[in-house]
Amino acid sequence: MVNQFLWVIFPYICIAIFIVGHIFRYRNDQFGWTAKSSEFIEKKQLMIGSFLFHIGIIPVILGHISGLGIPKEWTRALGVSDHMYHMGAVYVGGFFGVVTLAGMLILTARRFTKANVRKLSSRSDLIVNTLLLLIVILGVYSSLVTNTLTPGFDYRDSISIWFRDLLILRPDASLMASVPLAFKLHVLSGFLIFALWPFTRLVHVWSVPLNYARRSYILYRRNRAS
Amino acid sequence: MKIKAQIAMVMNLDKCIGCHTCSVTCKTTWTNREGAEYMWFNNVETKPGIGYPKRWEDQETYKGGWEVKNGKLELKSGSKLSKIALGKIFYNPDMPEMKDYYEPWDYDYESLTNAKDSNHTPVARAKSAITGENMDLEWGPNWEDQLAGAHVTGPKDPNIEKIEEEIKFNFEQAFMMYLPRLCEHCLNPSCVASCPSGAMYKRDEDGIVLVDQEACRGWRYCMTGCPYKKVYFNWKTNKAEKCTFCFPRIESGLPTVCSETCTGRIRYLGVLLYDADRVEEAASTPDPKDLYQAQCDLFLDPNDPEVIEQALKDGIAEDWIEAAQNSPVYKLAIEHKLAFPLHPEYRTLPMVWYVPPLSPIMNYFEGKDSIKNPDMIFPAIEEMRIPIQYLANMLTAGDTETVKGSLQRMAMMRSYMRAISSGKDFDESKLARVGLDANQTKKMYRLLAIAKYEDRFVIPTSHKEGHMDVYRSQGSAGYDELGSTGSAPEQEFSVMGSNGSCDGCGPVGQPGKTGEEMYKENFYGGIWRD
Repeated sequence: MVNQFLWVIFPYICIAIFIVGHIFRYRNDQFGWTAKSSEFIEKKQLMIGSFLFHIGIIPVILGHISGLGIPKEWTRALGVSDHMYHMGAVYVGGFFGVVTLAGMLILTARRFTKANVRKLSSRSDLIVNTLLLLIVILGVYSSLVTNTLTPGFDYRDSISIWFRDLLILRPDASLMASVPLAFKLHVLSGFLIFALWPFTRLVHVWSVPLNYARRSYILYRRNRAS
Repeated sequence: MKIKAQIAMVMNLDKCIGCHTCSVTCKTTWTNREGAEYMWFNNVETKPGIGYPKRWEDQETYKGGWEVKNGKLELKSGSKLSKIALGKIFYNPDMPEMKDYYEPWDYDYESLTNAKDSNHTPVARAKSAITGENMDLEWGPNWEDQLAGAHVTGPKDPNIEKIEEEIKFNFEQAFMMYLPRLCEHCLNPSCVASCPSGAMYKRDEDGIVLVDQEACRGWRYCMTGCPYKKVYFNWKTNKAEKCTFCFPRIESGLPTVCSETCTGRIRYLGVLLYDADRVEEAASTPDPKDLYQAQCDLFLDPNDPEVIEQALKDGIAEDWIEAAQNSPVYKLAIEHKLAFPLHPEYRTLPMVWYVPPLSPIMNYFEGKDSIKNPDMIFPAIEEMRIPIQYLANMLTAGDTETVKGSLQRMAMMRSYMRAISSGKDFDESKLARVGLDANQTKKMYRLLAIAKYEDRFVIPTSHKEGHMDVYRSQGSAGYDELGSTGSAPEQEFSVMGSNGSCDGCGPVGQPGKTGEEMYKENFYGGIWRD
């Protein structure tokens, strides 16, 4: 019953909030939709922290998409052996994980100890910050420590399949039963942040200005005749 | 050719007394809100000085404006791709921070009334508006007023640094002038070009540059892009804000608040017609000293029948063309060549122009025999207390001859009008030496010295009736109070919905009714009914 809640009901609730929340926020709160940078208030620590975090998190997210989304058979078909994939995931993923963690530690320390940054932080900023730090710690711990301690465990045989089943609406909680605790906590906290996402500053991720590269420099706006 | 109209401003620095009325009225209108305390859409700097934010003219640090790279116009802060590729989106290295402006504060006034009986007078300490903690004030708005501390900050003025000869800041040789500054509403705005979200734009009908508060995502490139540092970051809403040129007033044919309240009547507002197709070409002029002339060449003669015909074709209303013909800005900047753009070398083609100040030398020189010998103005201008080179570094990318021409015309005008009003003879052929004639000189005098309200402000009303219900949209424009769902200062794109209706703005009424119908319903014998 608990398993059913943790690995089926809870993830679905989080995904539902993620989708509905974004639609709601996008339609009702364009004015509040911003990157919410505090560089204007504090620049030095942000430079290192923000840079490390973002440079780390982007490869990490791509790694997650690949690790969770691509079945073993597919990578094998491409000529990548399971061992090669695993080594790549541990070394490359571990490297960027540590970079992300370093950035996150600096950003969190900055947010809580710099008086002016702290003062301008909303409750949601503090929660997101703490939760992200926790997720990154759990992620780095799982991939570097747990993976080494339990060599027999392969997340691509359990978590990945569970995750893909979840997405195609054939959830199977039993696949998560024998997963090590660190991985379990990482997955749960990860889903939690998806539920918080639409209501926090994280929405800036969807505003990455890809159009900028293609558009003309000077923009004019004209009133439309009705 | 594609003709567009631009509302532009000229400031006659010769008459600015540095009273800050413009700044104060602007602030009480637009930026007296949390998060905006430190913003001065309009401020008045005492020059020489490092200004607001500190050393804003130092583009090697702030990377504002444009530069010509391999013959091509590019943002000084880097191309579009470099901003993404170099990770500048995660950390903008060229952005000013709050301490470059100043940390806003208030005073703990309550301690004055609550203080217990004591031997010492109670003090209201400064408290930071950000942290609420006590502050030791080390810098603030207008810190350099009237050359305060200029012996320290003056030599760091980038315009001073560019002068080769040594400038003294001792009392006997000190000089100063006032420089009121606001958004330049440029023809080639680098802030608009810098905004990755496309939230900044130039209004097609009058050239006013605005930030769409709903589209802004707070990437902050605009702050770097603007070389005048006139786009600000609201630390409360985390969005960019800037001078709106008081567009709700301009739309109604009224001058901006700063212009309306200027006690010295130094400000002029009017329409200029320009060729939008040639803007990039003009901004790409290789030699910075030619930029002033290149910009002048963009402006079209509103009395030229061909220009009028093309303007009508391009959708410019007849009353706007008429306003352009009567524009004081066109007269001062183009006809009389008295006004100059601020720092044309930034290549943004700014639209707030300045008549350089003359006063310090004239007081010295007019006491002598200047009416009998008007030629004395030529050596006198060379000896002006404000070095010509200093003015040229601000107004013409260092070209002293052009600035000198303007000063000479003004000095000649003063000599001529002094002769007339004191009944002395004046050899009118002298006027020709500076490219003037008697008629033109009198016109200049009327515009600069008499400066009637209707001559200073020639602003055509906007033609909103063509696309919206103007009655319903009353009071719908501007920055909302914080915390509420915000609205951008642009009616069509955010405040007003697609059907022209508007939530929570204007008088209460039913949608689908015309303004006249609502008026009749709500007014009964002149009494307003709820």
